[in-house]
Amino acid sequence: MKYTDERSRPVPPLPSQEPVRLVDRHGRRHEHSSFTAPDPAVLAELHRAMVIGRRFNQQASTLARQGRLAVYPSSMGQEASQVGGVLALSERDWLFPSYRDSVAMVTHGVDPVETLTLFRGDWHSGYNPHRYRCAPQCTPLATNASHAVGLTYAARRKGRDVAALVLMGDGATSEGDAHEAYNFAAVWNTPVVFLIQNNHWAISVPVHRQSAAPTLAHKAVGYGMRGYNVDGNDAAAVHAVVKHALAEARDGGGPAIVEALTYRIDPHTNSDAPQRYRDAAEVEYWAERDPLARMEALLRNEQVVDDGLLEIYERDGEKVATAVRERMAGEDKLDPGSLFTDVYAAVPPALEQQRRGLAEELKGV
Amino acid sequence: MGAALNRALHDAVAEDPDVVVYGEDVGPLGGVFRVTDGLTSTFGEERCFDSPLAESGIVGTAIGMAMYGLRPVVEMQFDAFAYPAFEQVVSHLAKMRNRTRGAVTLPVVIRVPYGGGIGGVEHHSDSSEAYYTHTPGLRVVTPGTPADAYSMLREAIAVDDPVVFLEPKRRYWSRQAVNLPVRTEPMERSVVRRPGTDVTLIAYGPMVETALEAAEQAASEGRDIEVVDLRQLAPFDDAAVAASVRRTGRAVVVHEASVFGGYGAEVAARLTEQCFHYLEAPVLRVGGLDIPYPPPKLEEHHLPGVDRILAAVDRLQWESEWVEGRE
Repeated sequence: MKYTDERSRPVPPLPSQEPVRLVDRHGRRHEHSSFTAPDPAVLAELHRAMVIGRRFNQQASTLARQGRLAVYPSSMGQEASQVGGVLALSERDWLFPSYRDSVAMVTHGVDPVETLTLFRGDWHSGYNPHRYRCAPQCTPLATNASHAVGLTYAARRKGRDVAALVLMGDGATSEGDAHEAYNFAAVWNTPVVFLIQNNHWAISVPVHRQSAAPTLAHKAVGYGMRGYNVDGNDAAAVHAVVKHALAEARDGGGPAIVEALTYRIDPHTNSDAPQRYRDAAEVEYWAERDPLARMEALLRNEQVVDDGLLEIYERDGEKVATAVRERMAGEDKLDPGSLFTDVYAAVPPALEQQRRGLAEELKGV
Repeated sequence: MGAALNRALHDAVAEDPDVVVYGEDVGPLGGVFRVTDGLTSTFGEERCFDSPLAESGIVGTAIGMAMYGLRPVVEMQFDAFAYPAFEQVVSHLAKMRNRTRGAVTLPVVIRVPYGGGIGGVEHHSDSSEAYYTHTPGLRVVTPGTPADAYSMLREAIAVDDPVVFLEPKRRYWSRQAVNLPVRTEPMERSVVRRPGTDVTLIAYGPMVETALEAAEQAASEGRDIEVVDLRQLAPFDDAAVAASVRRTGRAVVVHEASVFGGYGAEVAARLTEQCFHYLEAPVLRVGGLDIPYPPPKLEEHHLPGVDRILAAVDRLQWESEWVEGRE
């Protein structure tokens, strides 16, 4: 006799509503029963990546104000979530970023200028995903999450140990595609960690209007996944929790949702008007919980870094910003003929005709 | 035709270890139309398996699989069930090659049993080709014969472009003696199914058989009708169709879908541009009514049949009236 209900997986525990915190806002260590902060060398690496990431955010926002970028969605204030998550990946793993995750991409190793190609308006994605193990930056919400599930499924079939980190925002969790990706990942037991950066605002809509779930990590339970809440401005905690979730997923423990509680200090993009929907006091509250200041205080307290090393980090950030500025100063000539080359594997006759037509138009100018 | 598609899947899975077939009910059941029959028992769950019931997730995971070197063939079960996956198809599947300047290719085949005529209830009979053909980056193909069903599905799986493979479900039971494996003409080429001199009937998918029937009937009335099967709807091979129309001087485009804003409009417009001086009458379109797909007891009034096609052919002969209409 065949039974239709052969489910035998253990019921995942409810996520704690208290986010995992390993470093408090004054830079003091915070004890946690399940998680420990990474080694001092990793903490220093996290800080360095955040310093570079912040400088990158500032530089990109400036370029947007100068009109050199068509738009830039800043992740100022979210550096700990992005850096903490990405640095938990192994060198085989893939990153699936959304539009606000440029800092995560730079940390992952994507060339900073190639990271900005999309926002500069030169092309819809500026890098070879295979080279960086980084999917194209996704503008529709949550739609790349199922790609990560498929990719890790394929990798497992080919006998390769590859996990994926999907970055999504609080608003993205309302999309139907988020549901389908969570469900496929759990049913297929693929090693994917969905890192939700809850930055409190989906453009102008606050998170309590987005979801009635106790926390966004609680959504995991309904899919048979583990869910974790973490202080998203504590890079040590984000790193520890994502690393733990990735390790469990690799060992066959299934995918996980990690909700990182953070805040978008800057507007949604440079064309947003946040004063219409949120209080300055709220921004001030979160600014006091700045991820960089917190990590710097810890590293100084514990003498992991000194003024000299911090200056080097600042200089590393400046180098990236300068290189971005300089490489973006010239207007690259774009080849209009390239519009036709990568639509299909070969240019079909009708497109070839349009290519010739455009070439004629250009000659006429 | 269903058996030919089934054989094509078997042969593709056997030949290439990267081909995977999945979707709702395609495993032990063999698909609701049995097109995937025997794949799981022959090749195992690794190669053909049931997925959760979620079209967007099916296409989305296929995109990820293709990014990592597999060649997924997924099924949407029925035309109108594919709409939840539309964003994955238009925003990601069709554009990935272009966004990544050719660095990521997505050899994904989406099998969509489409069209009416089988007495299906609501959402089981849509002709959705115009939605897909309007999206650059996709190949949209539909076989009209069992031989093409085999050959074109093999080709669709082998090609490095994403392919929306529209299966005319009312032709699943069409029979034709075919020595498999057969390779017909390349799928991007339109094919003359029946040569003729007086009028060109342009059809695809389920309407190819109907157009051929109409041509036979017309022959008994002394009209020699040519039938062209488009096969790949996008990108469109307008050269072959235009050549036919230049020979006959008259053309009727036939499809099941509603006429307004439909695929026939594109064909008619192109023929007008390319063959204006050869045309002896306007290019006519014959298709479904401009209504939501009707209930099964009324679908015969919506779907174009031989009579409606022949009526259009008759209208092409009213040369004097076209002239009289002029001011």
